[in-house]
Amino acid sequence: MAELIQILISGLAAGSIYALAAVGFTLLWQASQTINFAQGEFVMLPGFFVLIGMALGLPMWPAVLFALVLSLLVLGAAFKKLIVEPMLPHGTLPLVIATIALGLLMKESVKEFYGATAQPFPAVFPQTVYNVAGASVSAQDIGNLIVSMLAIGGLQLFLNRTRTGRCMQASAQNPGVAEILGVDVKRMVLYTFLINAALATIASVLISPIYLAKFSNGETLGLVAFIAAIVGGFNQIRGALVGGLLVGVIDNLSAVYVSAEYRQAMPLLLLIAIILLRPQGLLGTKEGRAV
Amino acid sequence: MTPTRIILVALGIAALVAAPLGQGNYIVYTLTSWLLFSIAAMGLNLTLGYAGQVSLAQAAFMGIGAYVTALMTLAGLPWIAAALVSVAASFVVGLLLGYPALRVQHHFLAFVTLAFNILLFLVLRNEEEVTGGSFGLVGMPRPSVLGISTDSNLNFYYFALACFLFAAFVMWWILRSPWGRAFKALRENPIRAESLGLKIRRQTLLAFAIGSAFGGLAGALMPPLVQFIEPGSFALIHSLKLLLMVVVGGAGFFFGPMLGAALVILLPELLRFTEGYYLIIYALLVIVLMVFSPNGLIGLGQKIWLGFRPKQEERRDMKKGFQL
Repeated sequence: MAELIQILISGLAAGSIYALAAVGFTLLWQASQTINFAQGEFVMLPGFFVLIGMALGLPMWPAVLFALVLSLLVLGAAFKKLIVEPMLPHGTLPLVIATIALGLLMKESVKEFYGATAQPFPAVFPQTVYNVAGASVSAQDIGNLIVSMLAIGGLQLFLNRTRTGRCMQASAQNPGVAEILGVDVKRMVLYTFLINAALATIASVLISPIYLAKFSNGETLGLVAFIAAIVGGFNQIRGALVGGLLVGVIDNLSAVYVSAEYRQAMPLLLLIAIILLRPQGLLGTKEGRAV
Repeated sequence: MTPTRIILVALGIAALVAAPLGQGNYIVYTLTSWLLFSIAAMGLNLTLGYAGQVSLAQAAFMGIGAYVTALMTLAGLPWIAAALVSVAASFVVGLLLGYPALRVQHHFLAFVTLAFNILLFLVLRNEEEVTGGSFGLVGMPRPSVLGISTDSNLNFYYFALACFLFAAFVMWWILRSPWGRAFKALRENPIRAESLGLKIRRQTLLAFAIGSAFGGLAGALMPPLVQFIEPGSFALIHSLKLLLMVVVGGAGFFFGPMLGAALVILLPELLRFTEGYYLIIYALLVIVLMVFSPNGLIGLGQKIWLGFRPKQEERRDMKKGFQL
């Protein structure tokens, strides 16, 4: 029982970070039909921005701020202006290829220009471990869970309660009508990309102390974000949240109760089962067209 | 086909026959693997360029073909039987994967095939008793045709060339049949195609399954060529590589995948002097190509060529009239 609680908590903590990446993923899809195959690398890169900032002599938190600004510029604005915008009129396929290539570019650049070895990353939370009813619960897990939940909760509030947020939702649902009603659709799409970059930065700062900063981190992270987004429902933020938590828990459970060799297979089987039985995702709403 | 086309194709085939003569083993090997990847990319082109669906499992289908062929030929069965089973197996797996995925919109096939490729890799690596695990399988015999053994690399090249030409002919035949033209209609305007009575789902599913079967054929050629197969050769990254071949060459053009395969296989050789920066340059080139010419290199060539041709002037008064 104690073991189970332990697994559940660390699964939820990991899952909440996956959820951050998955939420960004669904936001991009809603705002501009971009399936971002580089999402994992988007989460990998800001960690290196922090390390670069610290190498320039900044203390930890200013370095995180530096990374955030850099991410907003590179992963948000530049990504949208240079890659997504010119390709949107040509449909989703060239964009899919371009994001695959972009992921490769980011991964290889970090490997060549920063280093192929895993870099130690400063811890955000103290390394203390509490003993709760026989289960050891680390402060790091609890901290990660709380920060991710606050970020997603804040985003949800922003989207539902502020004028800008509602304009963003309107542009995602029906750009044509939103434009007629006076919403600056292009700017709203840009905001979406900036939010995705910010979420990626938060996820990166939270996850890098656990996995260490490594150029290849994006491979698994991207896949997990992807699965989480589909499992939860592609057109819902809460879907991506539930998907992320679920994938985190299943991943940790299968590491213990299923063989280590097939650990990676469990989330994939979940993905296939969802597509078979409930293609719109657990919380998604049906869009229901085959054409 | 116009007479010029027939002459050009005949010249192309003659060039392919003459290409390996007098070359060293390494070049013959590279040419053979180009033929092999062209077959797989041709299949993917049917799925991607004509039916408009993204498949991220073409390497997995090559893997199915390669392992089926390797296990069967190691058991003493002739290559041709193994190849037929490989193609059939890939076709059936394609149907099974595609059926649920194509029920819904978006690129669900991409997601399902992505998951499938990783799952297959895990199975190939972990089921050591059958697949040899990460040590792979070695010592697959090469087939002999009409009593001529293909043990020499040159002979095997001609064997692969025959398979390639056969596959290209089948693809050409599929595409020009009324049934293949439906694929194009589907890509250009799915809603119109459906209103004209085409069964979109069935067409797309078949395109995907046939494309996968081509992957199976390419895979069946792999064990006799390399004489060593291991799960790493069929990982997701290789599916992405095949996807790049198709898109860089020009998705939806008949010769696109062959050009793309040549580029993806030769570029590492050409960029060897850049050492570690090879993948960075490569990725940058792909992004730039996609931004400026989403139809790939053939699309780019066509654009430039059409730029020199006289254009038909549209009636401007009509244009204005339509706007009003």
